Parts: sequence; C-alpha cells; structure tokens
Amino acid sequence: MSTETTPLTGAVEGEATRGSALGSSVRQYGIFGALVVLLLLFQVLTHGKLLLANNVASLFQQNAYVMILAIGMLMVIVAGHIDLSVGSMVAFIGGVVAISMRDMHLPWLLAVLVGILVGALAGAWQGFWIAYVGIPAFIVTLAGMLLFRGLAIVLVGETIAGLPNGYVRISNGSLPNVLGFAGNLDALTLLLGLVGIAAVVFTQLRSRLAKRKHGLHVESLLAFVSKNALVAVAIGALTFVLSLSSGGTPIVLVIVGVLVIAYSFVMGNTVFGRRIYAIGGNRPAAILSGVNTKAIDFSIFVNIGALTGVAAIVTSSRAGAAVAAAGSNYELDAIAACFIGGAAVTGGIGRISGAIVGALIMGVLNMGLSIMAVNPAWQMAIKGLVLLAAVAFDLVNKRRAGTL
Amino acid sequence: MEQSTILEMRGITKRFPGVIALNDVNLAVTRGEVHAICGENGAGKSTLMKVLSGVYPHGSYEGEIVFDGEPVEFRGIRDSERKGIVIIHQELALSPYLSLAENIFLGNERSRRGVVDWNKTNSEAARLLRRVGLTEPPDTRVTDIGVGKQQLVEIAKALSKEVKLLILDEPTAALNDEDSDHLLDLIRGLRDDGITSIIISHKLNELEAIADSTTVIRDGRTIETLDMHGAEPVTQDRLIRGMVGRALDHRFPEHTPTIGEEVLRIEDWTVHHPIDRQRVVVRNASVNVRRGEIVGLAGLMGAGRTELAMSVFGRRYGTGVSGRVYKNGEEVDTSTVQAAIRAGIAYATEDRKRYGLNLIDTIQHNVSASALGKVARWGVVDKNVELATAERFRKELAVKSPTVAALVGKLSGGNQQKVVLSKWIFADPDVLILDEPTRGIDIGAKYEIYTIVNRLADEGKAVILISSELPELIGVCDRIYTLSQGSVTGEVVRADATQEHLMHLMTMDKNGTTR
Repeated sequence: MSTETTPLTGAVEGEATRGSALGSSVRQYGIFGALVVLLLLFQVLTHGKLLLANNVASLFQQNAYVMILAIGMLMVIVAGHIDLSVGSMVAFIGGVVAISMRDMHLPWLLAVLVGILVGALAGAWQGFWIAYVGIPAFIVTLAGMLLFRGLAIVLVGETIAGLPNGYVRISNGSLPNVLGFAGNLDALTLLLGLVGIAAVVFTQLRSRLAKRKHGLHVESLLAFVSKNALVAVAIGALTFVLSLSSGGTPIVLVIVGVLVIAYSFVMGNTVFGRRIYAIGGNRPAAILSGVNTKAIDFSIFVNIGALTGVAAIVTSSRAGAAVAAAGSNYELDAIAACFIGGAAVTGGIGRISGAIVGALIMGVLNMGLSIMAVNPAWQMAIKGLVLLAAVAFDLVNKRRAGTL
Repeated sequence: MEQSTILEMRGITKRFPGVIALNDVNLAVTRGEVHAICGENGAGKSTLMKVLSGVYPHGSYEGEIVFDGEPVEFRGIRDSERKGIVIIHQELALSPYLSLAENIFLGNERSRRGVVDWNKTNSEAARLLRRVGLTEPPDTRVTDIGVGKQQLVEIAKALSKEVKLLILDEPTAALNDEDSDHLLDLIRGLRDDGITSIIISHKLNELEAIADSTTVIRDGRTIETLDMHGAEPVTQDRLIRGMVGRALDHRFPEHTPTIGEEVLRIEDWTVHHPIDRQRVVVRNASVNVRRGEIVGLAGLMGAGRTELAMSVFGRRYGTGVSGRVYKNGEEVDTSTVQAAIRAGIAYATEDRKRYGLNLIDTIQHNVSASALGKVARWGVVDKNVELATAERFRKELAVKSPTVAALVGKLSGGNQQKVVLSKWIFADPDVLILDEPTRGIDIGAKYEIYTIVNRLADEGKAVILISSELPELIGVCDRIYTLSQGSVTGEVVRADATQEHLMHLMTMDKNGTTR
C-alpha cells in the first residue's frame, strides 16, 4: 500500500480539507461558543456569583448524572434509537445498591460494582428486545420506564437512608488534599490540571507527527499552537477556580472526566464507534457492508445500562439515600443534552463532547437561574425553549448547508 | 367505426440535468384501442407517461399534448385525472390497511359536507369491483388480497374516476400467468366499453395478444408505430429489431481478458418472493464465473437479476432460498453478509443512495466501511492509515473531490459510484458483483467505470456485472447469462452476443418459447 504523497499536492489539498472541516464543525464550535456566552451572561446577571469557586465545584457535582447519562444516550441516539428508561433505572439501581449495603452488608466499593453490573443486565434485557426481537427502542424503553420505576418502588418503598460515609463521599467529597497548599490553592488540583494540559499537548503533538510520517496534511504551526494554547488556558482557568474551592477537585469530576475521555476515544477511534455511526447514517447500507447491526444495537443498550448504573450511584450518593422517586425526568435531561449538543434526531451524527457541552449548558442555566432565584416553573419553561432553539438552529444550519 | 385520435403528443422533449430523457417524441393514440409502448429499460417509456399524466408539470418539458380534441397543460396528476386520464403505476399505490372501498374512493370520497357516506361508498365500490371481476366484499382490507387482485382494485379505482384513457405501466410484471390472463381479458372488456388503454410491457407475447398498435421507443426517441392488425403480421422479431436497432460505438475501452480457473459457481438457485411466498422469483438458476472474467447478467425488469445477487449475498432478499454456492470448488456459506464477505464475495448495490453509502458521512469513512478491520488494530482504527487509504483510492479512481473529508451526499452520481467501488475494492474480494454500476451517470464517468472494471479483472478478480443496457454488457463482458422471469434462458459468449440475440433470450417465457 502506497502512502506517499508529494508535499505539493499535500499542501494544496490541505487548504480544502481545512475549509470543509471548518464548515462541518461550525456547529460544534457554535455550541462551545454558546456555552461561553451563557457563562458570561450569567456571570453578569448574578453579579459574579456564578463562577465562584464553590459554585463551579457544585456545578459539576449537581450535573454529573446528566453528563454520565448523556454519554450513553449519545451512542443510543447516534445509532438511531432512544432510551426513555434511564430515569427509572437510576431509581431502581440506586435501590439495589442501597439494599446490598444495608441488608447484605456489602462493602461500598463492591456495592458500586454490583450497581454497574445490575445496570448492564437491565440494559441487556432491553437490548435483547430491541436488537434480537426487533421491537422499536421507543416502546421497549417506555415499557422499561414503567417496569423499573415499579421495581424501584417495590425495592425501596420510599427511601433507604443511612448509606456508608465512603459511598456518600463519591458525589459530595473531593480528592484529598494530600499535597497541601500552594498559597491558598489546592496543590493536587493544580497538579491534575498541569497533567491534563501536558496530556492534551502530548497527544496533539503525537498525532501531528504521525500524520507527517504518513505524508498527510498537518495544520499550520500557528493554528496548532493557538489551538493548544486555547485548550491549555481553558483547563488552566478551570483548575485555578477549582483549586480555590473548599474541597479542591470533586471526585465526580474525575469520574466524568475519565468517562468522557474513554468514550470520546471509543466513538472516534474504534471500529465499534465507527460502526455506530455507520448504522445510524444508513442502516441498510451498514448491513450490506457486513456490519453485525444486532450485536452493535445490543451492546449499545448494555453500555447505557452500565452507565446508568454509574449515574444511579452518583445520584444516590449525592442524596445520601436511595429514593424511589429518584431520577424522574433524567432521561429527558440526557436526551436534551444530546440534541443541544448537535446530535441528529435521525441518527448518524453527534459527538460525546457536544453532549457534554449540552449538559453543561443545561447545568449553567439551572444554576444561574437558581442563583437569580427565578421561579422553578419558569426555569423549566426556559429550558424547554433553549432545547427547541438549539434544534431549530441545527435544522436551519443543515438546510443552508444543503445536507438536508 | 369512427377512427378519431383521442391523444396526440407532439415533439415532446424532456431534459434532466445532463441527460435528455425524451427527444422529440411523437405519440398518437386512436380512440378505443389498446396501444402498447415498448422499449428497453431506460428507453423513456415511464418518463413519457409521467409527462402525459402531469407528474412532470407543463413547462418542465417541451412539446404539446392534445387530448380529446383540445390542447392540455397539466400541472399535476389531479389535472389529468379530471380530464379522464388515469395512470396505474408499476408499484401499486394502495394503502394496505384500508378497505377496498376506502382505497377506491381515496382522495375522491363519497361524502356529504365532509362526512363520508358509507352506504354509497360501499355500494358503488361493490359495483366497480364486480365490473373488474372481483367478488370480495368492499370492506376487505387490501393487505388480505393478492397482488393480482390488487392490480384489479387499481383498475376499479380508475373506473370510479370516469376514466377515458387508462395507462398501465408494466401491469403484469408482478403477476402469475392466471392473473395476467385475467387482467388482459379485463383490458379487452374495457376496450369494448370504449375505454382507451396505453399499456407498457416487456412481455412481447402479451403485446402480440392484446395490442392494436405498438409504438417502439429507444434512447428517448420514437422509432416507429406499428399496426398490429396490418397486412404484414408484427412478429416479436420485428419488435425486437425496433427496440435494439442501435449501432455499437466506441464507448467501451479495449480489453483482452486473461481468464483462469473457476472461482464462483452458483448451482440450482431458487428464491421466493419475501411477501408473496408462493411466487418464484429466481428458478433453478446456475451460473459461474472464472478468475479474470467479466460475466454479465442480462434481463428485463423483473427478470430476477438483482434478486439472484442479493439472495446470494447474505440472503438479503427473498424467502425459501435453496441452492448451493461453490468457491474454488468448495461449497461455502453465504447465509449472512459477514459470511459472504468472508467467502470473498462483494456486492455493490444498484441503489447506491439507499443501500450503498452513508450519505451523511465522509468519503474516508465510506471507503473503509466494509473492511474497517484492515485499518484497525485491537479494535482501534488507525485514522492516519485510513486517511491515506482513502486518499489513494480517491486518486486511483479519480473521484472528483478535493479531499476525502467531503460528505459523500454532496458528490455527483458518478463519483458516488466510485466511492462504492473503492469500498468494495478495499475489501479485496475474489468475486465482485456490480449491480447497475453505471446507472444514472454520464457517459464520461461510465467509461472510467468500465476501465476500473477491466483493471479489476486483470488483477485476477472474477466480476459479475448486472446491467440493463445491452450495449454495455456486450461491450464489457466476456460472457453473458440471460434471465427471463427468474430463469436462466441462455449463456452467450462475447463473440456471439448481439442485441437481437440477447433480447430474444431475455423475452423468452419460462417454457423456452419466444414466439
């Protein structure tokens, strides 16, 4: 296989590549831009309270569940399905985990594993009906929504309180201050931030070198440096603010961060991820290309089940109790995050990073409006309009680009 | 008997971007006759009927239409129906879960102030159904009756609209012999009632039996109109000569094949229709292809070529599939797409937009889609290798796009086809089945595709080429099988292949007779 290209054609094509890549990612950047605008807006409206260190920390702690669910939901939506059951499943799995600790006296770490496993099994149950029996996901998960809510109430009654301290710390605690302080900044948080920046720069540099080795176009040095600088500044700013907060780095932020990185890699760089996009983009064509669509569909639902397990643990840990009514409307939060983040209703399009930004937009709206003491009823109405506006924007954009 | 002309179409020219589908077509239909239109796939028959019925509105074509003595300018189907022209398409347009009566009056409901008059609906429907020879109660659901009867319901629906001119596009293509005979009888009966019909058909023996005159269309032009009851009887030979009488020009690259051992043999292959399980779509077909050879499958619409290919490729078509597939002399499993690909078979579909490509994804991702494992290690795609591979194909096959990051949906048909070919060439199969690889693409791009196909054969691949264009098959293939109504009716080597000879074999009925 020849991979040689003459430098000249490489450069000429490069211009065009960048042009179209820019075009296709305008929407992606648009969402980042919207988040920044929203942050600034609320920073002004709340007289600087929004970005106070402790508020930023609790922004992540409050919204970790949406981000975790949105990761799984994005994969489901890209494949052309939907999952309405995750909210009920959060309550159900929360109940299972609480009972395994209270009645069966499992150590909390083991209970966490049980929670993830039960989630995966529940996902497999739904995946079976969807992938192998061929019932539309909407119906299977609508049934699941009722089924798991019912089971949650049977298991939990109303509330199981008194969960172990270690468990409660998952969502409410921060990483220990093992390295002391640098001035009044948490040193461990600073170290994590620096490692993060170094990791980003290192992977970018490595990919640039690999591309050059294959004789492919690389972006100009200026673009490369400024892009990395921008990311470094963003991570740096977040690190700085968090290191000022009372606890430093929230533990859930580490969980979410690891999941985001892992699943971005899965969706962008693995055969499995690529097949999800292929199925969502054109299912019959994927079948005729030899993709085992049933196995992929099944795996996607097992996966969202396991992630729902994680979300259930985060939720019950934050509440310090398993609650039968927990997780209501969580499925809608996750679905909204995906669509605000640019996922296509028809499948085939969407990114993990987009869904996370979508979740953050919803989270910032929640927090900003709460700080401003806006009536919750109005908060809900505003969030509805934001969802509608985001999808309308997407549709208009696509029509203009002629891809619809 | 009065011999007046009910319909005259004069100088009809219809252009699509890059193609002239109809070029100065003239058609005159006498009142009260059955007028047949015949021609190869893509000759322009259906386009002409769409012009007539207003599917292509006045202004989108050149020329004039005179119906019932007055010039007409239809802007849609409703306009033409109001004048009494009703077209029954090949794909039936009935709503499966509504009753026969509801279907007959769909869009034309028997009602009073917006409220449906069910008594009137059902009694009139019953009368119309009797007229077409159906005894089913009018409240039967369409899905509960067979395809043959559905065709009759379509005609009943046409009759409800005070039809003067009935157009039937391939009405018997999906019917068995008994249903076909019944339908032809009905058309004769309507003629006796004074209803004029235009019938488009590939089945020349049917035309011989029913048509009063026949217009032959070829390459978007009217060739001739033949009086079927004239002094000299019109034989099927005569029709075939009109349909194919075209000179072969230099539209095909020179190619000297190097043919080796047999690679693929399909034996005794039988396939039934996926819904109408009684109907045999492919009957005891046996074909083979050798290394370096390009083998053509010729056949008219409904002959079973695509059905044969898709049922072999992972059972993607049909039910009750039986037969055996041998690869290099050993029987192989092709019962799933994955198994077929593992056995070294690739199938590039005739409908690239629906079944071949992910239009909302890039060239790069489409090229690697069927062999992603080749650019991946431990399940992780090496994007740089993938990009370099896609770039290589883009250059080798001359895909006209500045970059492989372009969305496939934005490419022209010819370039999309090249992406489909890249995808399957990259999978590196031993047998490549190409279904209508040049459909809907311009002449220049066709030549490029032929060159690629020749090169694949020279590299030792066995190629099966399905095409509706006889010159293409004769110009590219080393050997051609003809299919007719699901059966292989002939095997012709390149030296013996003429359009007339192939058309004879393609119009043979399953008993092996053409005349």
